[in-house]
This record gives sequence, C-alpha cells and structure tokens, in this order.
Amino acid sequence: MWLNNSSIGRKLVMSVTGLALILFLTFHMAMNLVALFSVEGYNMVCEFLGANWYAVVATMGLAALFVIHIVYAFWLTLQNYKARGNDRYAVTDRPKSVEWSSQNMLVLGVIVLLGIGLHLVHFWSKMMLVELTNGKEFVINGNAISPTDGAALIRYTFSQWYNVVLYLIWIAAIWFHLNHGFWSAFQTIGWNNKVWQSRLQTISLWYTTILCLGFAAVVILFGAGIL
Amino acid sequence: MDKNISFTLKVWRQRGPKAKGEFKEYPMKDISGGTSFLEMLDILNEELVGKGEEPIVFDHDCREGICGMCSLYVNGHPHGPEGGVTTCQLFMRKFKDGETITVEPWRSAGFPVIRDLMVDRTAYDTIMQAGGYVSVNTGAPQDANATPISKEIADEAMDSASCIGCGACVAACKNGSAMLFVSAKVSQLAILPQGQVERVRRAKAMVAKMDELGFGNCTNTRACEAECPKNITISNIARLNREFISAKCKD
Repeated sequence: MWLNNSSIGRKLVMSVTGLALILFLTFHMAMNLVALFSVEGYNMVCEFLGANWYAVVATMGLAALFVIHIVYAFWLTLQNYKARGNDRYAVTDRPKSVEWSSQNMLVLGVIVLLGIGLHLVHFWSKMMLVELTNGKEFVINGNAISPTDGAALIRYTFSQWYNVVLYLIWIAAIWFHLNHGFWSAFQTIGWNNKVWQSRLQTISLWYTTILCLGFAAVVILFGAGIL
Repeated sequence: MDKNISFTLKVWRQRGPKAKGEFKEYPMKDISGGTSFLEMLDILNEELVGKGEEPIVFDHDCREGICGMCSLYVNGHPHGPEGGVTTCQLFMRKFKDGETITVEPWRSAGFPVIRDLMVDRTAYDTIMQAGGYVSVNTGAPQDANATPISKEIADEAMDSASCIGCGACVAACKNGSAMLFVSAKVSQLAILPQGQVERVRRAKAMVAKMDELGFGNCTNTRACEAECPKNITISNIARLNREFISAKCKD
C-alpha cells in the first residue's frame, strides 16, 4: 500500500490525520467557550456527548486518529534519523526562514501527548468513563459530581494553581505544534504554491492563535475564579 | 582592495569510507579577501604538499556556480553562510579576521563520505535515471511552433530547471530528505508539454527510487530552500506531492 511504503504516502497520512485532529480541536474549543457564557448550556453539551452511542463511536474514531498520527510520527522520525547518517555535523545553524517548531515537532508532540494523558485523567475518566462502566462518581469535598456536570469539574480542576500552569504549558506546546502542522499539512497534500505559501502560513498563525486563546481563556478565567 | 585576513581552518579529515574521521586544525595567514573559498583550500593544499602531507580532498569542477560539483558544509551552512551561491562563488571577504571556520562534508546516509570532504552523490544520478528525462521520437524534426508554451510556464520550468543537483538540500535537511532535488527535477518536466507522456510514471518512479536509496521523509522545515544555492522553492515539493498523490490515486 502506497500510504505505507512511500515517503509521500506516509506524510499524507500524517497530514490528513493532523488536519482531522485540528478540526476536532476546533469543535472542542467552540464547546469549551459555551462554559464561559452558560454553565447550564455547557452541561447540556456534556450530557449530549456523554455515553451516547454516537459520542462513543466518535471517541473511538478520534482515538484511532491520535494513535495513527503518533505511530506514524515515531516511524517517520526514526527513518529520518537513520537517513541523516552516522556522523553528525559539529556546527549547525538554523536559517531565519526555518521555524523552530518545524524542527522540534516530535518533542512538541510528546509534550502534547503528556498533556492529553493528564487531561483524560482530569475529565474523561470522571465523565464518559464513569458512565460507560457505571463506575463511582467523582467526589469533591464529600459531594458526588455527576458525570455530566462538566462545569463543576472545570471549576474544581482549575481551582488548583498547578493545573492552570500545566494546562497553559500544554496549550503553548499545542500552539507551536499546530503553527507548523497546519500549513505543513496543506503543503503535503499538495495544495500550495509560491503565492499560497505566505497565505497559508498567515492563516496557520491566526487560526492556531485564535484556537489556543479560546482554550486558554477557559483555563485562565476559571483559574482566576472569575467564573 | 580587500583586506587580508588570518583565521583557523577546522577541516574534517577521513581516509576512506569506512575509516573514522576527525577534525584537524590548520592556521591560515594573510589570505586576501578576494580569494574564493576553493582557492583558499588550494593554497592550503599547496602548503600541505610542500610539507609532504596529504592534501585535503574536496569536489570541484567549473568554479563558476553552474556544475554542482562543489559541496562543503561551512560554519553550519551548505555552500557557506552566504545565500544563493555555491562554495566556489563564496569569497573570503565574507569571513572575519581571527575566526575559526569549520568545514565538514555533506552528512547524510544517501551521500557516504569517500574521503575527507568528498561525498558520493551518485544517488542523485540514479534518481535521474529512474525517470528524470523525456523520450524524444527520432525522425524528421517537429515544427518549432507546434508546441507553444506561455512565458509564465517557461519561466516556472526554467526556475525549477536551475537546480544543479549539488545536494545542498539533503545536506541542510535534518531528515536527510532529497525532496527539493526530486521535486525540481519532476517539476521542470511536469509543467511543460514535452514532459506529459511520462508524467505519471516519472513522479512514481523517481519518488520510489529516492525512498529506496535511503533518503528521509520531508517534514517541511524549509531548510532546503533557505540553503539552496539556486534558490529553488518548496512550491516544487508541493507540486511533486500533487503529482505523486494524483498518480497513485489513478492506479
């Protein structure tokens, strides 16, 4: 299969899964923003995306996207490391037009992955997982939190200052990762030329900045106790 | 007149492909700024030969930036720190007095070191043989006006064709990817009417050969176009991706 045994095919898999994940993040961010305006509205979204069959199927699809993206990332990086040869340069210099993030995508990706692990423990394990396994509800100060009461979980998680710091670091890593990944995905698909190069990089910058500001807003406003 | 400068040259010396290499330092005195980088190495080699030592082996041919033979990774940049030139077009006036200049060979699994600063770039020839050509029918010559080509297309193809196949893109790439070279060679034919016959086959064959020879996967860092002595852009890589993906989808 050419998606596995050609360099461009493997890159295409990275590109398409990456774009799908960006799309997921966009929906995720939009739903988070609901929490800023209406706690009831946010909990309605939580209920809608609880252990209903469509939400479970979508979650499994999403997990598959993540796994494929990560497996291919390690595979490609390993091949690229080998292609570099045994001896390394003694002196290296990064030209101005080369983004720092573009040369550190795997490191950024690992930080993002660690953040996802933390995030699943904080939210998913106390929401969808509880519903799926009919497990114990999460208890804060003696009060059981309903698996669909996402707003209470947000408030609890970000009442701890270190979670605010960790999430902001995570969001920054996502920003760097997507800033390169977004335009790079289009380049790999082949939708790029001399004119679109700067356009795509500008769209990339704006899109990821708005996306990450949306995520950060929820963390900061709940963390500061304003909401 | 350019000032004379003195500096230390730190050069990679390696006896053969299997031998272990190491850096050796050579003090250089009163080199004129108008000396080209390769002439400076010639001066050093004259000295070494005079002292009965082995001269430094490096690739060079035309010394006017069109043949693609010269290489050298100078101070962290293929073809030196100046943009848009090959090593033979790099002059010593670009360096400072008292500086240490580090000279390394291209480092990539696809380009094994032969000796000192000379690497084996036959991999590029092999990729070209896989499909970087057009078939021409023999017989009576075609009428010159039979295949009109617009100025824009001609310019675009010419820009891609300016690739001299020196290998700086692979040398600059953290992934050892040859995509800039292959994409330029595919592009220069894919956009011209003469290249249409083998278009689909060419993209597939050249990419397959590139992968087979152990070059890495492109991750769009853009280091190649920043270091390319002929300023080939990554829009060629986007075109190659298009060509390859659509060729595979047709199968």
